[in-house]
Amino acid sequence: MSYCAAVAAVRLSSLTKVFDGVAAVDDVSLDIADHDFMILLGPSGCGKSTLLRMIAGLEDPTSGDVAIGDVRVNDIEPKQRDVAMVFQSYALYPHKTVQANIEFPLKVRGVSKTERAEQARQAAATLGLTEYLDRKPGQLSGGQRQRVALARAIVRRPAVFCMDEPLSNLDAKLRGETRAELVALHARLASTFVYVTHDQVEAMTMGTHVAVMSRGRLEQVGTPQEVYARPASVFVAQFIGTPPMNVLPVGVVIDRPVLVGIRPEHLELDPTSQVRTTVTLVEHLGHETLVHARVGETPVVVRLDAIEDAPSVGDDVGLSFPERHLHLFDPATSRRVDA
Amino acid sequence: MTRDAASRRRWRDAPLALAMLAPSLVVLGAFVLYPLARAFWLGHQRCDPTGANCQSNGWDQYIDVFRSKEFQQAFGVTFRFALLTVPVGLALGIGLAVLADKQLRGMGFFRTVFSSTVATSVAVASLMWFFLLNPSVGVLADWIGGVAKNPGLLQDEGTALWAVAVSSIWANLGFTFIVVTAGLQSIPADLYESAYVDGAGGWMRFSNVTLPMLGPTLLFAGVVLTSRAFQSYGEFDLLTGGGPNGSTTSLTYLIYGNNSIIKNNSGLQAAVAVLLFAVLLVLSLLQIRGVERRVHYGN
Repeated sequence: MSYCAAVAAVRLSSLTKVFDGVAAVDDVSLDIADHDFMILLGPSGCGKSTLLRMIAGLEDPTSGDVAIGDVRVNDIEPKQRDVAMVFQSYALYPHKTVQANIEFPLKVRGVSKTERAEQARQAAATLGLTEYLDRKPGQLSGGQRQRVALARAIVRRPAVFCMDEPLSNLDAKLRGETRAELVALHARLASTFVYVTHDQVEAMTMGTHVAVMSRGRLEQVGTPQEVYARPASVFVAQFIGTPPMNVLPVGVVIDRPVLVGIRPEHLELDPTSQVRTTVTLVEHLGHETLVHARVGETPVVVRLDAIEDAPSVGDDVGLSFPERHLHLFDPATSRRVDA
Repeated sequence: MTRDAASRRRWRDAPLALAMLAPSLVVLGAFVLYPLARAFWLGHQRCDPTGANCQSNGWDQYIDVFRSKEFQQAFGVTFRFALLTVPVGLALGIGLAVLADKQLRGMGFFRTVFSSTVATSVAVASLMWFFLLNPSVGVLADWIGGVAKNPGLLQDEGTALWAVAVSSIWANLGFTFIVVTAGLQSIPADLYESAYVDGAGGWMRFSNVTLPMLGPTLLFAGVVLTSRAFQSYGEFDLLTGGGPNGSTTSLTYLIYGNNSIIKNNSGLQAAVAVLLFAVLLVLSLLQIRGVERRVHYGN
């Protein structure tokens, strides 16, 4: 069975949401293409969930517009928006069986009992839940509950899926497996996914596009590769990537009035370099080694392959900054200047 | 640890455990177990009409009391009183709690008003309703008219139990409101949001989220209200005195009431009390067994 959705581009225009005088979402404009897997990425409190809830119709914008397809949906109930939502807690009805949970959106729409049972069975089969249909959510594992929440979302074939940190309650191993399942599900459903997370790994591995948010504002939108390779601001540079990008103050690396960023994997230990430092910590992680040091007052991290010889704590080392890997940022605005 | 070692250790700890349990056991024994046993004992004693000269003569008195017209009539009155007060009280409590659960300005005032009857004693509530329904001076009696004026709702055999039930529902409303409000506040908001996004309207959300999630709360409130209904005394004593013509003689009034025909006969009183205890025990078990299968207690 295929779950072909209607054409469902999402357009947010100057969207703002103010709570008690504080702008949780501040003048955000964002185009999400049909069938896109858009990740809203940012730290806690950056407004990403509020943005998602405005798309789903759970919050009314203070100003600005939400459009799905060609229709402005600000004043349209969630039911008419053709949007499904998967919550962080899964929001399964604990008193209903898995089958009844999955059927619920169809029941609300007045679909006949036999028809909705059939569709629920198909959605359950899509997510490997057939054998659990008679169980209650309390009898399922976290991963199974998460799949029930997904099945309930896909059963009515919505145009847009809104997902609010759906993997954050899973353990690391299950999270990794479910990431791959979600990507496969997106490919199979050919729907538009809008996915909120604070986890950059989820953003980098799942999204076709990533919208990075900070303090209610959009910092950058691009493919995962773009936001990693060409971060638009110091915030993006340091939020994406583990360990984060090293950002050095004006005048340390080059003779221009700019902040200089360089990823730990691009920073090199170079005995001939004139930038000297002392190693403060060495972390052997197996597949890589992280060497911590300070340049002036600024902490920096160098990532070495595991096979490279690592210095020891207290060693005097030189650092070289390959020019092709430098990212330059305006010290006043923190925005990228070499774009 | 072997089983023998564990057993030895349990015995070794027993004196300390008993010492720590002793205060509770003394209180429980003095105020619950002894009166209960005493009531069982008294209930089988046959006394003369003045309540004197009580003698043990087998346990048949319990069967005689159970079969008596007076017990059966009082049981019928009590059962009908519970049927009137429990469902209506629960429904009103749920309704008011759902209304007051909205995050609106000034809702705190209504919450205070709705829960205020919990601080009102049965005596005060009964007196208030006594005056409201008084055929001469009662405001409610004036509004209703007809039988409420002559002979008066509390004085008419057909309406007296209903009138007492209204007073009792009002007096218990604060308790039900508070319990249901607490239950409502423990329902996760995302269940409602999920249902809302799926297109569920107000009634669908109420019937598919609110009511099922309130299951444990409603079971608790139902058992407590039923128990209270079967043990109600003050309302009957102050509003009707068991009348007119025995139409509001509940089991508790039959036991304690001034107008009860077994007044002063401690043997018969104890027998009715023990039977009331048995009835309540069976009812509570039936309620819990019957309803619990449909009640969900969270994940």
